Amino acid sequence: MTSLVLGGALQVVVVALGAPLVVGLTRWLKARLVSRRGPSPWQPYRDLVKLLGKEPVISSTSSWIFRFTPYLLAASMLTAALVVPVITSRPALGFAGNAILLMALFLLGTFFLALAGLDAGSAFGGMGSSREVAVAALAEPTVIVAIFALAMRADTIDLGGVVERLGLEPSLAFNPGHLLAFAAFFIVMLAETGRLPVDNPATHLELTMIHEAMALEYSGRYLALVEWASGMKLFLFMTLLANLFVPWGVPMALGPAAVAFSLPALAAKLIALSVALALLETAVAKLRLFRVPELLAGSFALALLSVMAVFLVR
Amino acid sequence: MSSAVYTLAALASLAAAAVGGHGVLGGTWTLAIPWLLPFGGAALAMDRLSGLFLAVVALTALPVSLYAIAYDRDTRGGRGAYLTFLGTMALVPLAANALTFLVVWELMSLASWLLVARQRGAARAAWVYALMTHAGFACLLVGMLLLGARTGSFSFAGWRVASPALDPLARDVVFALLALGFAGKAGVIPLHVWLPLAHPAAPSHVSALMSGVMVKLGVYGLLRVSLDWLGGGPPWWGVVILVAGTLSALLGVLYALVAHDLKRLLAFHTIENVGIILIGLGAALVFAPVGARELAALALVAALYHTANHASFKALLFLGAGSVLHATGTRNMEEMGGLVKRMPWTAACFLVGSVAIAGLPPLNGFVSEWLTFQALLQNLSVPRPALNLVFALALAGLALTAGLAAACFVKAFGISFLALPRSAEAAHAREVPALMRAGMVVLVVACAALGLGATLVVPTLSAVVADLTGGAPVPIALIGGGTMRVSDAFASVSMLAVAAALGAALLVLVVAVRLAGASTCPRVSDTWGCGRIVQTARMEYTAMAFSNPFKRVFDFLYRSRKRLEVDVHPESRFFVRSIAYQSPTRSLVDDWLYAPIMTALRRAAATAQAIQSGSANLYLAYILAALVFMLVLG
Repeated sequence: MTSLVLGGALQVVVVALGAPLVVGLTRWLKARLVSRRGPSPWQPYRDLVKLLGKEPVISSTSSWIFRFTPYLLAASMLTAALVVPVITSRPALGFAGNAILLMALFLLGTFFLALAGLDAGSAFGGMGSSREVAVAALAEPTVIVAIFALAMRADTIDLGGVVERLGLEPSLAFNPGHLLAFAAFFIVMLAETGRLPVDNPATHLELTMIHEAMALEYSGRYLALVEWASGMKLFLFMTLLANLFVPWGVPMALGPAAVAFSLPALAAKLIALSVALALLETAVAKLRLFRVPELLAGSFALALLSVMAVFLVR
Repeated sequence: MSSAVYTLAALASLAAAAVGGHGVLGGTWTLAIPWLLPFGGAALAMDRLSGLFLAVVALTALPVSLYAIAYDRDTRGGRGAYLTFLGTMALVPLAANALTFLVVWELMSLASWLLVARQRGAARAAWVYALMTHAGFACLLVGMLLLGARTGSFSFAGWRVASPALDPLARDVVFALLALGFAGKAGVIPLHVWLPLAHPAAPSHVSALMSGVMVKLGVYGLLRVSLDWLGGGPPWWGVVILVAGTLSALLGVLYALVAHDLKRLLAFHTIENVGIILIGLGAALVFAPVGARELAALALVAALYHTANHASFKALLFLGAGSVLHATGTRNMEEMGGLVKRMPWTAACFLVGSVAIAGLPPLNGFVSEWLTFQALLQNLSVPRPALNLVFALALAGLALTAGLAAACFVKAFGISFLALPRSAEAAHAREVPALMRAGMVVLVVACAALGLGATLVVPTLSAVVADLTGGAPVPIALIGGGTMRVSDAFASVSMLAVAAALGAALLVLVVAVRLAGASTCPRVSDTWGCGRIVQTARMEYTAMAFSNPFKRVFDFLYRSRKRLEVDVHPESRFFVRSIAYQSPTRSLVDDWLYAPIMTALRRAAATAQAIQSGSANLYLAYILAALVFMLVLG
């Protein structure tokens, strides 16, 4: 029981503190790739601290939903941090949920953030909300079919269970179907966390932004919470990709030795994924909004192929 | 007078809920009144399934009747129809022979029809409803007569014994006829056309019952015919229901996305949720005959759970819509807005209903959708690739449905309740009376209880399901702490733990942000607007604009045509006087199924006109000829 609580607390701390670094690292890498000096990878921490101390301004049009949303958004990400196998394959709330719960927690955050986008009564917020929920909804089928493909190989959809099973049987992890599922999941991550080519996290150009448009009215501590929560979402998605598809270095039980091993392993995987993300974001341009469904349909096709591959390559 | 009727209805519901609860827990009884009806008399029987549906009817009717005491105070008449409607809905799951069933079923349809037809401007809705419900009734009548003739019995107990010995073709025909009749009542696409017309037209408390409960009796019928009366069938029955359920779920939510009449939107969501229930039922019907009886039991638990859940949140949402209608006098979302400040209770209740129906944790919609997902995800234990692919597509359909439902309720709540009021009526809306709020709050509690108390609900439903599947154990283990584990180590969930974690995280965050020194009171200012001077409601995003991305993506389905009329000043085309923009959507089912049928009917009628002159003598001659023909034939 104590180890469970300690393990849970450690996971939450890793996600909560690691999230800004992943965001900062990706930004810094992107800047270096286009020969800019770029802000240091630690910049998001300074931003968050500064925002926390500032006086927030809220719209007179908005209601309690607007003020409640940042807290709920961050709370749902912290809860998700207890479900995802981050530094151990037996996370504290592993019994309480699985991949479907995780997706529902992300959707809960999106649902309220989209409401908050409408709350201030500005057309920008509404535009962002409408686009965000459209992208989120269209990404759902890919997620579930990719989960199905994983479940078919691992006989469980318990996230930790998948990690353990695949870790023990590398032939499953190097299966072509598994790689197709990885590709599908990667595209979903881009869509769900608002990265290029679906959404540009660096833009504030009104007509193209999605996520930033919803958060446009936020300032001060509310903005800090929203930004931190988006960082945690990216961190969790990357961790999920890393640990589900490279399922090694994730200990079952937590001890000082296990943590000393699993933390660097996680860091290495996340750095690799950040580099991949930065390379991709430097190489591709943003898609037109109405081409995004085609990208998601493509990812759905990949996930479906991954399911079919189970019948061919077992 | 009216308040007395509704109080009586609420008290009767309470009593009926007790009877239903007794049945769910295993109490059985029969009641026969031989002199009341021919062909076996009136007969009632209680078993667990009947008890469950009676309890769902009664527990929904209770808060709805409470609400109606305050809501339906000023209209006249229709109280008798309401009581008949409630009474017959309670009797349908208890009927124990064909004639009793058909009589209460038809009375239920007529009472609800009357409640719709009484409303002004509901003529078309009433016509379509009458037509569709009687087409369905005809299917039921023929199907039951056929089954009765083949088995030599009109009691359900007799069918249960004799039907397994029937030849497969007769069983298929009976199943097809009865399933058509029941699916029509349940609003399964493409038999749904009456539902989005009739449900919004009825008074809101009646809408809540029609959507929350009456369509469930169609589901009850489907359960009875497939698993009980006919005792299971070949896998293709299940595949048909699974595909119909997936299509209903997807098309229902897609049509809801472009509906801007709040009650019509909710009606389309009823079609969606019946689809989700049928995905569970269809999966069970596929699993049972191929030997996966435990999975069949799991899928049935999911279907029954979603049935109860949908009754709670759909009734809640319709009551919320009724409150908005009561306060603003409109059902059009484009004329609402800002109600969260003027009607805080209604807004909070509607928000809970929205979160529940969108399948978000920790409320009840999530639990039943989660269980449905678990049943579908384990389809690999049926080693038939063709079936596995169907299941994979059903999974994708269900996931897309869940995502789109969340999107749709962002629209429904966000446009109706948030931002600035879009009309004078919305700006002067007032919170509804206490009894109406009480009705909604009861349903809010039900949504939360069915979500957090999942481990109490599941064993009860498992017992109901055990009766239907011949005692196959439901592969759900309760391992304490509100945790249920599905199929050994396949998956587990604990709503209590999730809710506790969410609550704790919220608390920690609020305290932590305070401690971090961010305790300054927020400054209230204008919405940022690119330098515009005043903000008006016309600058807000509209429901139509909100659904535009979906219109673009699913254009093959909506086939909307843009109509843009710009009226310019005669002197210069740069001075625009008004712009009218319309983008109506069309229904695929109407265009491809019903329009050809109507055209064919009209053509047939035109042909038949040739022999109709209006002369009575000629008609008498026709009758004579027909009589002679029949005699010769006989």
